[in-house]
Amino acid sequence: MNRINKVFENKKEILSIYFTAGFPNLSDTSSIIENLDKSGVDMIEIGLPFSDPIADGPTIQQSSSTALKNGMTTKKLFSQLKDLRKLTNIPIIIMGYFNPIMQYGVEPFCKDCESIGIDGLIVPDLPVDIYYNNYKKTFEKYNLLNMFLITPQTSIERVKFIDKISNGFIYMISSFSITGAVNSFQKEQKEYFERINKMNLKSPLLIGFGISNRETYKDAIKFSQGAIIGSAFIKHLEKKGVNKITDFIKKIRK
Amino acid sequence: MKISYNVNKNGFYGDFGGAFIPEMMHANIEELKSNYIKISSEKSFVKEFHDLLKNYVGRPTPLYFAKRLSNKYKTKIYLKREDLCHTGAHKINNTIGQILLAKKLGKNRIIAETGAGQHGVATATVCALMGIKCIIYMGEVDIKRQAPNVARMKMLGAEVRPAVCGSKTLKDATNEAIRDWINNPINTHYIIGSVVGPHPYPDMVARFQSVIGNEVKSQLKKIEGNENPNYVIACVGGGSNAAGIFYPYLDNEKVKIICVEAAGKGIDSGESAATSVLGKEGIIHGSKTLLMQTADGQITEPYSISAGLDYPGIGPMHANLYRSGRGKFISIDDKDAMKWGLNLSRMEGIIPAIETSHAFAVLDKIKFSKDDVIVFNCSGRGDKDLETYIDYFKL
Repeated sequence: MNRINKVFENKKEILSIYFTAGFPNLSDTSSIIENLDKSGVDMIEIGLPFSDPIADGPTIQQSSSTALKNGMTTKKLFSQLKDLRKLTNIPIIIMGYFNPIMQYGVEPFCKDCESIGIDGLIVPDLPVDIYYNNYKKTFEKYNLLNMFLITPQTSIERVKFIDKISNGFIYMISSFSITGAVNSFQKEQKEYFERINKMNLKSPLLIGFGISNRETYKDAIKFSQGAIIGSAFIKHLEKKGVNKITDFIKKIRK
Repeated sequence: MKISYNVNKNGFYGDFGGAFIPEMMHANIEELKSNYIKISSEKSFVKEFHDLLKNYVGRPTPLYFAKRLSNKYKTKIYLKREDLCHTGAHKINNTIGQILLAKKLGKNRIIAETGAGQHGVATATVCALMGIKCIIYMGEVDIKRQAPNVARMKMLGAEVRPAVCGSKTLKDATNEAIRDWINNPINTHYIIGSVVGPHPYPDMVARFQSVIGNEVKSQLKKIEGNENPNYVIACVGGGSNAAGIFYPYLDNEKVKIICVEAAGKGIDSGESAATSVLGKEGIIHGSKTLLMQTADGQITEPYSISAGLDYPGIGPMHANLYRSGRGKFISIDDKDAMKWGLNLSRMEGIIPAIETSHAFAVLDKIKFSKDDVIVFNCSGRGDKDLETYIDYFKL
């Protein structure tokens, strides 16, 4: 069974952390993964940096620019992850925009992901229908789950379709806004979470975008199986460095 | 079945186009997709659009027979005078269309991206005309380079927001505008300025700009007794003026299509915007097209002396014209483009935008025959480029 499916079977209140590969320094990848594993997070999303990340906010864009300046490439990341499965046993997802994956070749990309032990992908600008018609078989051939996003604007029919073809979890975007910190959820957001919860989807839900502290994390897990933190973690990394990762995770979970 | 070079029902031109967008944009793009043709073919829409094009923009623009140029090059040269449009270029045809569409969709806030500022000015203009709030995203670098256009937008009541990420130019302004739209999905319409972006934008913008080609057809019919020229020639950055003049001729292979790209300091100089030569298939701003990028798939920053041509991609329609061979692509460097800015000024008394100058430089690259009828899209006037011309020629 895929590690992602397993973690949802065995755990509640999942905490998944996103970081941009190559940030703050080119060679931080392994030590970030190690420290996150040690601090007890349940899942890690490794961001493959892209020059034009339209679905991300300023913090992640900035970290991506830095990572690219540092010399991060797809090949480089794969070579850094060669011994990934000696470092950790938790599910690892790569989140990347479609253009770098296309240039690498979708099939070679998936193949290399499988061989290093990646469990799934999030490709925000690969729409559900194009995935379904053109790439689903390739992802499945290499045992990669594909996670889709839903937003408050996603129609009920579309949520149902996404649920039907999902094989991992559904990434529920907390608000209209692109990634970046907010302090607490608004009434409208909670109503949206409740609306989705009432649909009794087969796929588990993780809430992402705008989870920045213990308060929003606690709020999020009331409405889902867990939460994803990105921008707030990147800011912490930037300020405190890779050795203080446990402090950040402790503050979220206590 | 006859091949069509126009968009298919899935939003593709051959291999190119589509909507490679994050889920956050899906509802907005879907709303546009299911409405743009319906609304823009309503009688009341068509009437208002054409009234404004006539009485506000100053259409139809003349199809001018360039006598001295024709004599010199021993062929028949016509100029479609888009430079005479209100605000100085063809850009306003599209912004008028989209603002009317936005109104029909009930939107009360407009955003747009701009590079050189021409599309920003054209958007700010129609927002002032309609009394709608307008926010223009512009790269920080471009804001410094294009001060007069920034002032124009402000004078027209628009807010100009700097894009401070990435290379701080057009592509980053586009990213910021997309982010704004994601954050404001309900009340906001995003007016894209060229035939780029996710479907239905390339087709929608091409349709609004097709007024250029449609006018050429009827004007040429009157003047030459034949609505088909032998060649239509236009410069291509994103490609909206080219799409507009090619539109009615796309599937009429008797008419040859020539796209002129900016070679910048030369194809091999590392400072160029000749996407057809230097680009590879990929995804930019939600569209599969040819774009300039690194081997690793990072989008690179193009260069041209004309700010309107330095977009790292081309519209999917043009990518397909290139791949299918329907369009001939020629790249013109800064030097030849600047020379033609001067040539057209001195031979015809028309100071063109530097973008437009690129197209005319084709006259030195291709030998046309005596009976050929050639239509150039004279897409914009050179007022905005005076400073560049002054610096370059030490005027």
